[in-house]
Amino acid sequence: MAKAYDNVKIARKVSRPTALDYIDHIFDGFVELHGDRNFRDDKAIVGGIAWLENRPVTVIGIQKGKTMEENIERNFGSPHPEGYRKALRLMKQAEKFGRPIINLINTSGAYCGVGAEERGQGEAIAKNLMEMAELKVPSISIVIGEGGSGGALALAVTDRVWMLENSVYAILSPEGFASILWKDASRAKEAADVMKLTANDLLELGIIEKVIKEAKGGCQNDFGFTANLLKSKLVTELDTLCSKSVETLLEERYQRFRKFGEFSE
Amino acid sequence: MPTFKLPDMDTLRRKMREVKLALNDDNKKKEDEHVSASGIKCPSCENVFEKKELGKLKICPKCARYFRLNSKERIRSIADEGSFKELDSTLQAKNPLDFPDYEEKIAKMQEKTGLKDAVVTGVCTIGGEKTVLGVMDSGFMMASMGSVVGEKLTRAFEYATEHKLPIIIFACSGGARMQEGIVSLMQMAKVSAAAARHSKAGLLYITVLTDPTTGGVTASFAMLGDIIISEHKALIGFAGRRVIEGTIKQKLPDEFQTAEFQLEHGFVDLIVTREEMPIKLRDILRLHSGRKDGAE
Repeated sequence: MAKAYDNVKIARKVSRPTALDYIDHIFDGFVELHGDRNFRDDKAIVGGIAWLENRPVTVIGIQKGKTMEENIERNFGSPHPEGYRKALRLMKQAEKFGRPIINLINTSGAYCGVGAEERGQGEAIAKNLMEMAELKVPSISIVIGEGGSGGALALAVTDRVWMLENSVYAILSPEGFASILWKDASRAKEAADVMKLTANDLLELGIIEKVIKEAKGGCQNDFGFTANLLKSKLVTELDTLCSKSVETLLEERYQRFRKFGEFSE
Repeated sequence: MPTFKLPDMDTLRRKMREVKLALNDDNKKKEDEHVSASGIKCPSCENVFEKKELGKLKICPKCARYFRLNSKERIRSIADEGSFKELDSTLQAKNPLDFPDYEEKIAKMQEKTGLKDAVVTGVCTIGGEKTVLGVMDSGFMMASMGSVVGEKLTRAFEYATEHKLPIIIFACSGGARMQEGIVSLMQMAKVSAAAARHSKAGLLYITVLTDPTTGGVTASFAMLGDIIISEHKALIGFAGRRVIEGTIKQKLPDEFQTAEFQLEHGFVDLIVTREEMPIKLRDILRLHSGRKDGAE
């Protein structure tokens, strides 16, 4: 038992490769673009334009730090509303110029703080969900570490959603889940088991389309292997997505999310 | 000379995670505790009064505090008499994650509330103006959003789009339905995508945020209205108050995350009283239908 929690631990490892590691490895000529044109530049989200082989793309990532100093600068990968608004600005820009969008997700969740509430964390996430559903360019998101709730979903309303093998994607951290449902955060391991948050569980549930393999113990043990694999899958999948008409793309994206839910009537 | 030592990073990250529990269950109990068979104690002014004094709109006779309305009471307070026709009334939850005891919990809530799940949707008229109406009910698992809430609201948007109707949603929610895990999270995207299509068709969407509107509902359809109305003093926010207090290690002021706070920060268009609500909704609907004074 408690196998799911092993994934949680691997997903949270400080040594786990970050969004910028993938951007460096997979893309050429990355030009980082800053700011939401409204309030400030949120360093918990990085984004810009780059080449994926011979195709210009927009790439956005939620960025965790590797040192304490870097993590303070990156707010531990927990974006503020202006981070989500920066991401949306770059996605709308991608739409204007007909570039596909690739989002790398790695956050324990959207930041919970006074400024985040004052500037409308809920509204910022909501707006992304609504706007992403209608973007006229192909999009793929990949959970590379933690996929924490609405803060992750705000970049994951895409045509394809993939996960690295040891990443997790959930409504809440297992600690939070245990404390809300059982009033006992120490039952996190048990929570992780029932939550179905591992890549393979979510593939089985139909929430994601693909699991990208990692080296034993996690992708930090062989970064090149996972990054190269991800690159080749991205290249192939974008060829497929870019050949679809806008109508087909939007209808398929709508149906992708429309089908989620279990009920009787 | 002692040097300042940064805390170990794993400890700090763990601490951050612990306090960053997305949803807020602070408000779950507050209200019902004060209502008993014999009388009601207002949690604001502590005045004790008889149940019938609360009236149909459930307002404290002394301090005008709003008590929560259930979906039936809400519909009665808004829709023209006899005009409400419910849609999708038979939908009920299954158990997508095989979560222990979830079915029993649902059955118990259904028995207690007479509802199938936490939202009622339908079509009605307000001052003669036809509209789709969705009303969430905090009496049913704190109006948390699982598959049924997500599906019924999505269908309500699709119905409105197909029939070229406006839609009004009275939101309230503790957030995601934990027992449905990731499937619950996906409802945020599903409803928002349906709202996007309704919007693209040039149709009007009004949200009315009532106490409490939090978590995944705030971070999806509740904040997507063309016009966002609220009731005064309603709690509206993304993260729970205790979660934020845990993060910043200080008490938050009372007005934090109230409707008035959201109005001041630009996230709510207007605050409307319960007495005025049907009139105000009718007026806004007419400004969009072009039927001034209700004329054809």
